[in-house]
Amino acid sequence: MEKNSLQEENLTPTKEQKFWMYRNMLVSRFLEESIEQIYLEGKKPVFNMAAGPIPGEMHLSNGQEPCAVGVCAHLQPFDVVTATHRPHHIAVAKGVNLNKMVAEIFGKSTGLSGGRGGHMHIFDADVNFACSGIIGQGMGPAVGAALSRKMQGKEGVGVAFIGEGAVNQGAFHEAMNLAAVWKLPFITIIEDNQWGISVAKSESTAVPDNSVRAQAYGIPGYQVRDNDTYEIFRVAGEAIERARKGGGPSLIEIETYRLAGHFMGDAEGYRPPGELDGLKAKDPINVMRARLGSEEGLTDEQNDRIVAEARATVDAAVNFARESAYPSPEEALEKVFV
Amino acid sequence: MNEQVTTVAANERRLTIARAMAEAIAQEMRTDPSVFVMGEDIAKLGGVFGNTRGLLEEFGNERVRDTPISETAFMGAAVGAASDGMRPVVELMFVDFFGVCFDAIYNSAAKNAYFSGGNVKVPMVLMTSTGGGYCDAGQHSQCLYATFAHLPGMKVITPSNAYDAKGLMTSAIRDNNPVIYMFHKGLQGMGWLGTEPGATVHVPEEAYEIPFGKAAIVREGSDVSIVAVGMGVHHSLKAAAKLAEEGVSAEVIDLRTLVPLDRDTVFNSVAKTGRLIVVDEDYKSYGVTGEIIATIAERDVSILKASPQRVAYPDIPIPFTRPMEQFALPNPDKIISAYHNLKRARTWRWL
Repeated sequence: MEKNSLQEENLTPTKEQKFWMYRNMLVSRFLEESIEQIYLEGKKPVFNMAAGPIPGEMHLSNGQEPCAVGVCAHLQPFDVVTATHRPHHIAVAKGVNLNKMVAEIFGKSTGLSGGRGGHMHIFDADVNFACSGIIGQGMGPAVGAALSRKMQGKEGVGVAFIGEGAVNQGAFHEAMNLAAVWKLPFITIIEDNQWGISVAKSESTAVPDNSVRAQAYGIPGYQVRDNDTYEIFRVAGEAIERARKGGGPSLIEIETYRLAGHFMGDAEGYRPPGELDGLKAKDPINVMRARLGSEEGLTDEQNDRIVAEARATVDAAVNFARESAYPSPEEALEKVFV
Repeated sequence: MNEQVTTVAANERRLTIARAMAEAIAQEMRTDPSVFVMGEDIAKLGGVFGNTRGLLEEFGNERVRDTPISETAFMGAAVGAASDGMRPVVELMFVDFFGVCFDAIYNSAAKNAYFSGGNVKVPMVLMTSTGGGYCDAGQHSQCLYATFAHLPGMKVITPSNAYDAKGLMTSAIRDNNPVIYMFHKGLQGMGWLGTEPGATVHVPEEAYEIPFGKAAIVREGSDVSIVAVGMGVHHSLKAAAKLAEEGVSAEVIDLRTLVPLDRDTVFNSVAKTGRLIVVDEDYKSYGVTGEIIATIAERDVSILKASPQRVAYPDIPIPFTRPMEQFALPNPDKIISAYHNLKRARTWRWL
């Protein structure tokens, strides 16, 4: 799954970039679907979060794939990304080692941290990816990475993915201001899935469109409507290129869809009737598939092959995780200091 | 003889802790381009407590950065820069301000190495002022040593004099882990803060490290061990001098670093004296004093000839008015009283 090197014209995806995005969306979705199934192993008939091969909280990213691929299509391994508690789609698109990531989600010794972090604490230093379980926490570190690159004169931008709920955290405001006043190569991606667990955006946020907040920092702000992969690609391309050229930070809010609950086990009683069905009808993977058919002549046969490859990639990672051993418990005492 | 004395005096460089810290930072910045400093008023002003004075002039505002009053952002940025190959030295002006940025400290800086299985390092130094005694009330006078030392993943250091301040800063900057460097305002050598003169000592010009986890026996004795950090070391030395007049030989231990903690030196001292007083300007409960006593109790309580005593800050917010604050603070007289209490307490016999 090689993607094209950076192009001068970043606004329209090339054929290769379209297929790169589609493949990564598929891998991400299949990963979530596999996790969803495995997560329930051992948790039926009585749901016990601590039971089964994948214990703990689980936040799935079904539906939010366009945000990840549209942005990461412009990023290289040396670029720095901080992600949220819902990190899998972004990790996949950023090129995090899938086997080690899934093993981490299973809590196995072959996982990225040997089982110390789990699904909300995925760190892959090889591709400069990190995520965390605290809303808005990645803002400061991504700004710091951007500062580091600027000071070192080294290539690379800092990208913080956050949810729409995080813009109401102080960390958001402080980090945006700091990035702007120091004119750092930094981009904030707000994945607006409309829901902060059960609280609707309209009930938590004073402005309907968070891109207007960019004005408060004197930087460009964009809003992308309707989870549009190409539009995300276009504005992210513009923002990332500006950051690379020393033009400072940008803010992008993406209207995306959360096709799963906040976490697994969430009954989603707060959703208005019909909302989920309406969103599922606009599943971005189907949209992408249709676009590739009409624009690039993707046939069913070709599609089947791409789908099978993506599934095989995920299955291999899941098998790797399943077959890996648990760490010995006393290894918990290691790696506090390095 | 006289000639020798003159030579020593000529070579002596008595520095304040503030100058010693700035010198260590400057020396590391000269040799390591990844070291930089940021915080509030640390550039043109040279730090409210003087510990970054001269750095802006030598290194410029790219590497010596005044930040907005945004501790959450710049503490988080320090974590991000440290994870990306830099060695930030970041100042939290008063430790009392930690409440607005603690997430970046204890949830990110302290845990990222662990969460990454050691693949991500966060070599940052957070220097912060502690301590009261000058009527600055309860949001500018705390020590909070135990708050930081309690949470795993951070090294916590507390110099009591300029020699240690320099060596510990050099070690802190070179360390690959987050280090919380807690300097006491009353030891800083800022005239306006009623400085303790004992903190201003000879400091070698060349860079040197002081290893973490090595307490210093700053006065040897045989009757009682007084264990302290920061300002408490100076109180303890004064108390030990007065106790000597009563014929009591007190050993004074400066822990120097709380994480890692040199439990062996403490234990060996108490094994020798059989009596323990712990002095701490942080709150009494759930703190350094309890940890030190637990160290002895856990390893071999039979070395104690009497119940240990602690001289610590009472469990109250720090009051403003002078009589109330001075009433609450540790001081040499309280340490001497603690010794007398200890002698009055039932002496244990271990058979």
